[in-house]
Amino acid sequence: MPNLILSRLTKTFGVTRALRDVSFTVAPGERIALLGHNGAGKSTLMKIVLGLIPFDGGMATVLGAAPGDRAARRQVAYLPENVAFHPALTGLEQIRTYLRLRGEAARDAMGLLDRVGLADAATRRIGTYSKGMRQRVGLAQALIGKPRLLVLDEPTSGLDPVSRRDFYATLDGLAADGASILLSSHALTEVEARTDRIVILSQGAMVANASLAQLRQQAALPIQMQVRARDGAADMVAESLGGARFNGATVNLNFAPDQKLARLTQVTALGALIEDVEVIPPSLEDIYSHFSKQVRP
Amino acid sequence: MNAILAISAAEFRIALRNRWVAIAVAMMALFSLVLTGAGSAPTGILGADRLSVTVASLTSLAVYLVPLVALLMSFDAIAGEVERGTLPLMLTYPLGRVEILLGNFIAHMLTLTLAVAIGYGLAAGVAIWADPRASAGVPAMVRLFWTSLILGAAFVAIGYAISVIARRPGAAAGLAIAIWLVLIVLYDLGLLAAVVTDDGGRFTTEIFPWLLVGNPADAFRLYNLSASDATAAAAGVGAAAHAIPPAYALASILLWPLLGLGLAVLAFRKVTS
Ligand SMILES: Nc1ncnc2c1ncn2[C@@H]1O[C@H](COP(=O)(O)OP(=O)(O)OP(=O)(O)O)[C@@H](O)[C@H]1O
Ligand SMILES: [Mg+2]
Repeated sequence: MPNLILSRLTKTFGVTRALRDVSFTVAPGERIALLGHNGAGKSTLMKIVLGLIPFDGGMATVLGAAPGDRAARRQVAYLPENVAFHPALTGLEQIRTYLRLRGEAARDAMGLLDRVGLADAATRRIGTYSKGMRQRVGLAQALIGKPRLLVLDEPTSGLDPVSRRDFYATLDGLAADGASILLSSHALTEVEARTDRIVILSQGAMVANASLAQLRQQAALPIQMQVRARDGAADMVAESLGGARFNGATVNLNFAPDQKLARLTQVTALGALIEDVEVIPPSLEDIYSHFSKQVRP
Repeated sequence: MNAILAISAAEFRIALRNRWVAIAVAMMALFSLVLTGAGSAPTGILGADRLSVTVASLTSLAVYLVPLVALLMSFDAIAGEVERGTLPLMLTYPLGRVEILLGNFIAHMLTLTLAVAIGYGLAAGVAIWADPRASAGVPAMVRLFWTSLILGAAFVAIGYAISVIARRPGAAAGLAIAIWLVLIVLYDLGLLAAVVTDDGGRFTTEIFPWLLVGNPADAFRLYNLSASDATAAAAGVGAAAHAIPPAYALASILLWPLLGLGLAVLAFRKVTS
């Protein structure tokens, strides 16, 4: 059974329709990226999953319980966007408190802080931490216990590139142990390699829910090919391929994905006239904007 | 239970590092010492021992100061978490809202106990050092101590209710000051005006005592003064203090913390994110 089931979830704030009929599930061990423009409804969806705000319609089941049920809260970890802590406490004191609140041994605190690279700053007050260091405290508390579902709202915001990589490696480990992960992000490239499925919200509606490869296929965006001609052959190449010349020796071609092989055959036929060929698939940004432009009425 | 204690431990640390709390402790200590010094004059006249006189003065002081210090510590409890944005995360942990409030309560009561003990301890120390007969006043002092804590508990709890309802520290602070003014200052003035206008009528004899005992601060004053003749004599309110059975006054001050906590819990249940 999926760890998270959302079915026709709807939430309205006054006139703002923050979520409209959103349905998807997250299985154990699955890593889902929740994407969408600012205000698309990502944080709202997460708060509903945690039981922090009520919803107007549809259904949400978290580990077989209602959102916010104590049974669910025991096994769900949350990292809010813009996570904050009391500035007077040290990182160590804060994590010790969170450990005790989850019924875990407070002595594990140092190990957790070490895992997020905060061991050296552990005994300093959080008020003196940088943004990224506060974010790491937030990550450390989300790793407490053995959560079966992690809900992480822009977890890598404020993290440096190396910490991001370490963070995703940690997530991989948790997912391998069967935890479900639902994370939102605006950093598309890191999501690309590190998640199993992508859910895109657009103005509260779900416009995509599939793996990146499937989304690529569904979108059927044009593929770009750059053909570099040998000296003096550029015009001839451009003419025979029907592309636009660009940068002197390069010819640019755009075509639908199903034409890829035909086009390549054409290029190889030109043989000696060609110096190099580069095929550029649609970027993740292209795919993302293709889907997030779609809005249901 | 472990969760409650975890919150208490964190909140107690925070309280000790909060300059408001330091100011509160200093204020208690300072006022207590000033009063002890000022209280030395009437000793001979009334024939009461020095500590009883001190207790009488401290009782008058505590009525104002203890609620103020209690509100000062508690008004920020929930509103501050909302403002900092730390509350949503806390609410996703597997603990109840009652436990969050109780955790805060233990920590703040501990802090208050510290402040009151330092203040009264200094005052009592001076009195006992200056007057060999002062041991006669020890029971009154002990009573003042624990009733002050219960009075404080009432206002800590009221402070939580304010904190939850106001949602923002600024609004909570304003509301706390307003409540303090009304319950501690204006309430008595109002009653006094009513009694004067009534001129010994039914209001004065039948309604007034209940209104008086219903206010936690007045109940606190009544209980401490009625329980000790020496103290009451020193305070010059012997007759008034005996009009209401001390048990009623005690019941009132014991009930108020429960009332305040109940209200805070009810309001807190309604808070979403
Ligand atoms: N408490 C609230 N009251 C009124 N409107 C709200 C509230 N919370 C969210 N909204 C609205 O709901 C919509 C979705 O907001 P949400 O915070 O879920 O967006 P998001 O996808 O997380 O955006 P971002 O990428 O900027 O974090 C927005 O239009 C927002 O203004
Ligand atoms: Mg958001």
